[in-house]
Amino acid sequence: MTTPTKIVVDCSTGQETILPLTAEEIAQREADAAAFAEQRAAEEAAAEAKAALKASAKAKLIAGTPLTEEEADALVL
Amino acid sequence: MATTYTLLSNVTVGSGGAANITFSSIPQTYTDLLIKLSIRQDKPDGYSDIYMKINSSSSNFTIRVLNAVGSSSSSYSSSVGIVGNALGTTSSGGTSSFSNTEIYIPNYTSSNYKSYSSDSVVERNITAWNPIDMIAGLWSNTSAITSLLFESPGYNIEQYSIACLYGISNA
Repeated sequence: MTTPTKIVVDCSTGQETILPLTAEEIAQREADAAAFAEQRAAEEAAAEAKAALKASAKAKLIAGTPLTEEEADALVL
Repeated sequence: MATTYTLLSNVTVGSGGAANITFSSIPQTYTDLLIKLSIRQDKPDGYSDIYMKINSSSSNFTIRVLNAVGSSSSSYSSSVGIVGNALGTTSSGGTSSFSNTEIYIPNYTSSNYKSYSSDSVVERNITAWNPIDMIAGLWSNTSAITSLLFESPGYNIEQYSIACLYGISNA
């Protein structure tokens, strides 16, 4: 398997360098990818949960039934 | 108001691609920074986020994203340095298309927290879902910005992708 590379430009000199990632950088890259994926999945789940609460609150408002505190928060906070 | 744009660096990714692109030793003599990205990455299909690290840090980001895909739209918050989307390798119309992203960072040398704004579009040359992102970001750090790294974690940036960094002066 080919070692991934990085491109680094020194803006003070204009010099562009292509370097293979070190083992440490490869490990960090894999950890970053896993952490970012986990973070994004959690954020998307939270957004979906909030949208579901809003939808539930809207349905209850239309039906004239009481909202839970969480549902009310989803509408006003 | 910006009056002069100075191209500090223009990188075109060569054969074999790259895991990331870094602008280092950014001169501290301008007012603002502007970055333009034209990127593909090797995700088998679709697209994925492009992230920015400032001064090698992926921490202390607070992001708000407005996203539209096809006829639907959404918004979400994030704590990672998202700046846009990168088109993935795909057989459905995108083989010669690149995503386009523009990032503006005002007052990058100040000792206050750094804000940025970004707009990004994935153009696939097909009628189905061409995502658009509008992003407001904050990096809660008082250090002057001296380096910027761009990557699509887990994927390689493909050949012919381009990253340009401009220094902007207000006089």
